[in-house]
Amino acid sequence: MQTEHIEDRSQGERASSSKEGREVKMAAIKLYGMMLSPNVTRVVTVLNELGLDFDSVDVDLRTGAHKHPDFLKLNPFGQIPALQDGDEVVFESRAINRYIATKYGSSGPNLLPTPSAKMEAWLEVESPHFFPLAQTVVYELLIKPLFGATPDTAEADKKAAELDKLLDVYEAHLAAGNKYLAGDVFTLADGNHMSWLFLLTKSPKAELVASRPHVKAWWEEISARPAWAKTVASIPLPPAV
Amino acid sequence: MAPVKVFGPAASTNVARVLVCLEEVGAEYELVDIDFPGKGHKRPEHLARNPFGQVPAFQDGDLILFESRAIAKYVLRKYKSEQVDLLRESNLEEAAMVDIWTEVEIHQYHPALSPIVLECFIYPTLRGLPTNQRIVDESLVKAKKVLEIYEAHLSKHKYLAGDFVSFADLNHFACTFYLMDATPYASLFNSYPHVKAWWEDLMSRPSMKKLGAGMTTRVHLC
Repeated sequence: MQTEHIEDRSQGERASSSKEGREVKMAAIKLYGMMLSPNVTRVVTVLNELGLDFDSVDVDLRTGAHKHPDFLKLNPFGQIPALQDGDEVVFESRAINRYIATKYGSSGPNLLPTPSAKMEAWLEVESPHFFPLAQTVVYELLIKPLFGATPDTAEADKKAAELDKLLDVYEAHLAAGNKYLAGDVFTLADGNHMSWLFLLTKSPKAELVASRPHVKAWWEEISARPAWAKTVASIPLPPAV
Repeated sequence: MAPVKVFGPAASTNVARVLVCLEEVGAEYELVDIDFPGKGHKRPEHLARNPFGQVPAFQDGDLILFESRAIAKYVLRKYKSEQVDLLRESNLEEAAMVDIWTEVEIHQYHPALSPIVLECFIYPTLRGLPTNQRIVDESLVKAKKVLEIYEAHLSKHKYLAGDFVSFADLNHFACTFYLMDATPYASLFNSYPHVKAWWEDLMSRPSMKKLGAGMTTRVHLC
């Protein structure tokens, strides 16, 4: 079913534009993935910050669509997201974000102000440090229960304890006169954190954020951005969350 | 101009990541010992450089940096020239390819290969622990899946980001070097001829030959 979805997409678009009887401008950007995936919404966050139009192409992990040959052509690692911009195909959400922030930097806020050593350092911190810990906690304690699977609470607690120590460093950094991670302005460093940070605040470990005044204030500030409201609206979280 | 400073032991894979970039651009640098075995990286002097208490940290005049990839990019941007452009930032498509395979190293390659290095080399050498063969075997399964994808990719491109060597390739140096030099699994690459050829080509570069020499022995000093 999902393979048809991927293959037939172009036919569907052409049909709708001729049915309309006028030229329908199709977005140059196609984002492949599912909106439940925070790695996909990491990219949606930045697309919305930049005010870019894009088409979502559903690649539902639950049906194995990500392992279909058509999708593997886009991302040989068979993971979501992948992004197509005209003829250009990019995968790995952070590479995608850097690509669109660079290419479309004049469409919206400048998410990659250069030179910024602080931004580069905290951008890097997200990937190997914050993300793996937040992912385990969120996956075990929020996502698994949503799909009726049994959480590994021991593993979640272990990673939550490590995340606790990590967030101490964030707290100190944000308390030292940094409104955002890179200083005075919102950058890609903040943006790349948002999708998993959001789910962390919806998980049983939300107090990791709520108990830290500067981390809490930072989250409240960045999640109040209008573009974020648009991103959250596109995440199909069940009402229970 | 004063040489830049790198803080941390050369044997650390993340320190080596920065060193290989410094060597590639031919920059003058000083490697500063911070008494890593004595937990120097957790003392206030180093925490002022890297609040996460990790290595490497870096200093260029008044500028202090941490996170090995942020440092490496700073170096590659500062010393970029006509002959040496390892980030390709003036070409959007090439830069995107460099970024993709830099991310792939973090999220696919390193997680599959590094447990093998840790179990077969680092833990026995530094902590006197026995190898956990179950972890090694599980990692070998993952590593083979990743290497299959690299094999397909490198059969179409000479290097990871295209026909030019880049930061993406350099990021693979330390972890792969230890796998080859310090574990029984060097032959893993034999089933992936294009990956093997790519690795041998990288190792013929003066930067990697220089840093590789004695790298494995230096771990014993950590």
